[in-house]
Amino acid sequence: MFDSIRSLFQRLAAVVDFCSLRVLDETSEYISLRQSVLQPISTGTDRGLMVTVIHRGGYGYAATCDLSESGLKQAIARAQSWAEVSAGRSVTDYSKIALPHSTGRYRSPGSVNSPSLSQREIIDLLQAESESCRIDARIVDWEASLWTVTADQLYLTADGSDILQQFRYVMPNLSVTANAGVDTQTRSFGGRGLCRQGDLSIFLDGGMLGSGKRLAEESLELLAAPNCPTGKMDLLLMPTQMMLQIHESIGHPLELDRILGDERNFAGTSFVTLDMFGQYQYGSELLNVSFDPTRPEQFASYQWDDDGSPAVKQFVIRNGLLERPLGGVVSQTRAGIEGVAAARASSWNRPPLDRMSNLNVEPGVSTLDEMIKATEHGILMDTNMSWSIDDSRNKFQFGCEYGRLIENGELKGVVKNPNYRGISATFWRSLKAVGDLSTFDVMGTPFCGKAEPAQVIRVGHATPACLFEQVEVFGGEA
Amino acid sequence: MQAYFYGLADYLQSRIRGSEQFKCWLSAEDSDFVRFNRGAIRQPGHVHQIYLSFSLIEGRRHASSTTTLGGHLDSDSVMVDRILDKLRKQLPDLPEDPHLLIATEVNSTEHIVASRLPATSVIVDEVLALAQSYDFVGILFAGPLYRGFANSYGQRNWHQIDNFNLDWSLYQNRDKAVKTAYAGFEWDSEAFREKFHAAVAQLELLKREPVTIKPGAYRAYLTPTALSEFIGMLNWGGFSEKSLRTKQSSLRRMRDEGLQLNPMLTLSENTADGLAPAFQSDGFIKPERVTLLDHGRLVNSMISPRTAKEYGIATNGSETIDSLDVAAGELPSSQVLAELDTGIFVSNLHYLNFSDRAYCRITGMTRFATFWVESGEIKAALNVMRFDDSLFRILGENLLGLTRERELLIGNESYGERGTSSARLPGALVKDFTFVL
Repeated sequence: MFDSIRSLFQRLAAVVDFCSLRVLDETSEYISLRQSVLQPISTGTDRGLMVTVIHRGGYGYAATCDLSESGLKQAIARAQSWAEVSAGRSVTDYSKIALPHSTGRYRSPGSVNSPSLSQREIIDLLQAESESCRIDARIVDWEASLWTVTADQLYLTADGSDILQQFRYVMPNLSVTANAGVDTQTRSFGGRGLCRQGDLSIFLDGGMLGSGKRLAEESLELLAAPNCPTGKMDLLLMPTQMMLQIHESIGHPLELDRILGDERNFAGTSFVTLDMFGQYQYGSELLNVSFDPTRPEQFASYQWDDDGSPAVKQFVIRNGLLERPLGGVVSQTRAGIEGVAAARASSWNRPPLDRMSNLNVEPGVSTLDEMIKATEHGILMDTNMSWSIDDSRNKFQFGCEYGRLIENGELKGVVKNPNYRGISATFWRSLKAVGDLSTFDVMGTPFCGKAEPAQVIRVGHATPACLFEQVEVFGGEA
Repeated sequence: MQAYFYGLADYLQSRIRGSEQFKCWLSAEDSDFVRFNRGAIRQPGHVHQIYLSFSLIEGRRHASSTTTLGGHLDSDSVMVDRILDKLRKQLPDLPEDPHLLIATEVNSTEHIVASRLPATSVIVDEVLALAQSYDFVGILFAGPLYRGFANSYGQRNWHQIDNFNLDWSLYQNRDKAVKTAYAGFEWDSEAFREKFHAAVAQLELLKREPVTIKPGAYRAYLTPTALSEFIGMLNWGGFSEKSLRTKQSSLRRMRDEGLQLNPMLTLSENTADGLAPAFQSDGFIKPERVTLLDHGRLVNSMISPRTAKEYGIATNGSETIDSLDVAAGELPSSQVLAELDTGIFVSNLHYLNFSDRAYCRITGMTRFATFWVESGEIKAALNVMRFDDSLFRILGENLLGLTRERELLIGNESYGERGTSSARLPGALVKDFTFVL
């Protein structure tokens, strides 16, 4: 398919200042068992293309799933027409943006020797895991699933860029729900956080298989547990919650298009302003955050972003100091500031904009045991369940599935409905200890929403466990 | 598009064998999307997409696939044949599905709202003529949406609307803005100008020094938009029969313990007056209206075909609400500020989530033009505040009144495709709305 589209584009590309074509060929399969009953298997083929034209300072795009010659011709004409409409009336003079010229290939990790499973074998494995969840009559719901996606994307420009990137995404998930009276408690395998690029070893060896009984036991344990206490105390966040904390209160506020105001009508703005880069102390000196699309197994790795910029690892926060935003070449030019290769589109039918890719907290030097020992009175929280933050990405409130009290340097009993709230601008400055590699996990989510028209995209977060000082913590209603 | 889809359905009909059955669902659109920022164009473009979801059924075994299609019957039939072969090979390996419910009764329908829109570039010209002098940010969607269903029993359903939705904000500074939407089937330049100038007038209020309040319980008025965001949380499984049965619904105490909301509250899925299709993706026709809350009592739930089969009950189409309808109250909108007296006028809420689902406790933020009101007069904008309170309280004992007038809110969701949801509801006056940060 790509060869024929490449030659069509070479023949038909508009004679304009800039013309690009992005073609996506994606296949997916979602196999799920709920309460041990196989749900309708969802398979999909998603093929389409987007043409982008920049001409006389204007910008326009057109996307179509009609991959014929006439479909491509129409898309080129429509994109050109929108570029004409927007010329002289756009937020920036697009002709001043130097879009990169790149060629090359990228492929997710894995090889021909990677594990291969038939659909029947996958169903059997999920069935066995489902059965292991059914340990008590109070287990009222449970679901085991595997979602796999293969996405091949070709990016071409009229001036010769030619990038082929082939991605394989694997997303296993397991959740178990227990109920007694009004109380219902759920435990999941990392809150759908085991999302990576690669092969089925992620499903087979990533830890989900074999975890059903433990999750069921923990959901029952939560039913018997007291509510999380209320008050200011130290907070130890495991990677399954850290990924959400990074995402919401570092990732989104650092997106350059939010800072430039593009998202103010929907996703929101940012408390971060352009003048803060290079001088704002975002967190304590222990905080080191990298934009890293180069970690092979991580969910949102790639070698070029969707504007063709080469992806490299960059620190966005170093020793707590804010260094650079998450912005691709268009936003960088508009803002006059250096960013990262972050222009990404969720699919063929949406245009690229500033996204997180993989946004990671670099490991520190503390073991989990050391962080627990350093805590006189605190809570350990595991696996995100609830998330809410204001439109400037400042006042947040997050909840987790599972909590453990920490008293006098020792882990104590389980608590249910653990929640905490804070303000991004001050929260990261309370970072007291950063876990070492033994606490580190590579996670991701397929569900980061943003933009008008809306886009949901894959992002990765690798992080150690982290300890925060004197955070406002609270529990459930009763 | 309708002829193309029905042609595709006829082709599928000719390709199934023996006792095989099929059903298919088409979701397509031709959309112009124009994004604005700072009173100028940010990203303009067009999306043409056709998705076909297709299921092959043999007895109680079934297999499905979703694919993009080019819109040309000749070439697409080759793709459909390929999928059909693949599904046919899958079927013997799959277990029988105990929860499969098939729409065997033929109910064909057609609903077409013909285009009355000018070229999108004409709308863009009008928008920019007013917007270019302001810090205007937002999105314009325009163009036709198509939904279709067909099955091997001969049922054919078609839903086609051609609408626009201009959803925008005028910013005063930082996070202080007036949010407005203008949506419909016919572009009325005068109506747009009126809405725009009304928003400009509100901007004046945002020029005053904003007020910061301490956490605590406050009297508040939720506009229809804010109330829809609050009640919208009940679409996270609240009314879902499956969630109620598995004790995960936020309304489970209403089902299990008989807890009631304020008798002023009557809430329905009102398909007859909504924008969503009257048929769903399995071919079942939705009832014109399903009353879910009747004077504060939970009297029905939303029931998908699978849940219906699992529990031996009747389906009403889906586990979620597409066309929300909340009955009007007695409070004249003109009296809202006087009745509020001193408190918070909440225009919009943002980023809601449950903080304790068992007690329907919800947290979220105020957003956009939310005002501090004293003695029935707007004093100034309020700096954003986080609330955390139970819907059982807010729409229970703390609900003081619902407005006599209601607003129709046309959904602006666009993840993957433009949506068809809508909501018609009043504003709500409440006491002791709890703010925590």
